[in-house]
Amino acid sequence: MEFMGYVRENGRVGSRNHVAVIPSVNCANEVAKRIAAAVPNTRSLNHHQGCCELPPDLDRVTLSLTGLGMSPNVGAVLIVSLGCEGTDVDYMAQHIAETGKSVEVIRIQELGGTRVSIEKGTEIAQKLADKIAPIKRQAVDMSEAIMSIKCGASDATSGLASNVVIGYVADKIVDLGGTVVFGETTEFIGAEHILARRARTPEVGRKIYEIVERMENRAKSLGCDMRKGQPTPGNIAGGLSSIEEKSLGAIVKSGTKPIEGVLEYTDVISNQKGLWIKDTPGREIETLTGMAISGAQAMCFSTGRGAPQGFPTMPVLKICGNPHTFARLSEDMDVNAGRIITGEKSIEEVGEEAFERFVRVLSGEKTHCEELEYYNSIDIYTLGPVI
Amino acid sequence: MNPMALRCSDKDNVAVLFEENVTAGTDVDVRDKRGNTMVIKINEAIPYGHKLALAAIAKGEDIIKYGESIGIATRDIAPGDYVHIHNMDSKRGRGDWKE
Repeated sequence: MEFMGYVRENGRVGSRNHVAVIPSVNCANEVAKRIAAAVPNTRSLNHHQGCCELPPDLDRVTLSLTGLGMSPNVGAVLIVSLGCEGTDVDYMAQHIAETGKSVEVIRIQELGGTRVSIEKGTEIAQKLADKIAPIKRQAVDMSEAIMSIKCGASDATSGLASNVVIGYVADKIVDLGGTVVFGETTEFIGAEHILARRARTPEVGRKIYEIVERMENRAKSLGCDMRKGQPTPGNIAGGLSSIEEKSLGAIVKSGTKPIEGVLEYTDVISNQKGLWIKDTPGREIETLTGMAISGAQAMCFSTGRGAPQGFPTMPVLKICGNPHTFARLSEDMDVNAGRIITGEKSIEEVGEEAFERFVRVLSGEKTHCEELEYYNSIDIYTLGPVI
Repeated sequence: MNPMALRCSDKDNVAVLFEENVTAGTDVDVRDKRGNTMVIKINEAIPYGHKLALAAIAKGEDIIKYGESIGIATRDIAPGDYVHIHNMDSKRGRGDWKE
């Protein structure tokens, strides 16, 4: 089985062919945003990090932005630096360029301010867009597919319908030789023993317990009950009473295959195949970003209450488990898994539909988030304080 | 036809109701994965997607869904009772509990 993708110089395959405009620090966001708005097929990756953080977090931000630039969905990169940030712009430019794509850098303080940087940046972004425009899609084997997974705004239907459907798709991608990444370590709490049993090696199993313990300790560090933070008020209103209940429903979206290993948040997938965990929090924006850093070409996103957000450089396909939500938010939701709850369709039927839709998205079909252009923010998961 | 609830595993002592506007005293068809049905009368109104008790659960006992513990009862729960944050508690992420 094949999909139509953009084969990059380093052999990796993208589902999109964007110019990415990457601010090296949040202070460069506005310039990046205006440049991207002026040039078709160009996306800015506006975030809130890159300065006045402890060195391990600054390294995380540098690695994260580098990974986002390396994504095979990105054909060329313009880095917008302010000039005094804590991130390492040279590192980003060098490592992104190693993938074979064009990388340009502008520095706002050096160029003489906002207006001139927008003008110069727009000129460069236009040249980059012209340069990558002739790249054509080619047929590639499904084993090149990298699917990421997330659930958000979950309710009681998520664990019984939409997550089950995504698990079905995940199993198919793994069977076809592809790669699947899931995360949200917070939502392993209470279900880690089930995941650990699926670990390829005892060491991977231990690592799963370790990341869950680390996350739970972070949650406990303020001396309160985590409920309301996780599960969220929306989850609770949707019938989920505890993090354990949320987690047991959440892990279903990883399917049934063995877990090959655990990726750190900033890790980029090179040639790992099969099912992988990435250590991320449960919050949507940091998880989407972490999955895009991995190099995932597209995401299957499960929701019950209706989460509309997408990502600038990674298409996000919304699979909705709640039939009432699907009816209300039909412009935002892509696949109706609520028909499993009502008994109209089987898990296999909706699973096949979601799989076929996912393959079409890899080949260029737009998701609802892309049509709505709901993809203009990202954020990076950092661990320490802002100082 | 009675409103429908789903029981995920044979070990479960709760089921999830998938019908809107279900009031106290209503008979609910609780289905399992094999298609078997048991009827339970609910003691209070339960919202769509929320849980009902299938058995008596004493204070301190585990609430079981998906065949696993999802927390503990904070008071005695009778069959047909609404089960949610008012009568069950999470055991995890409890920074407010002493070790």
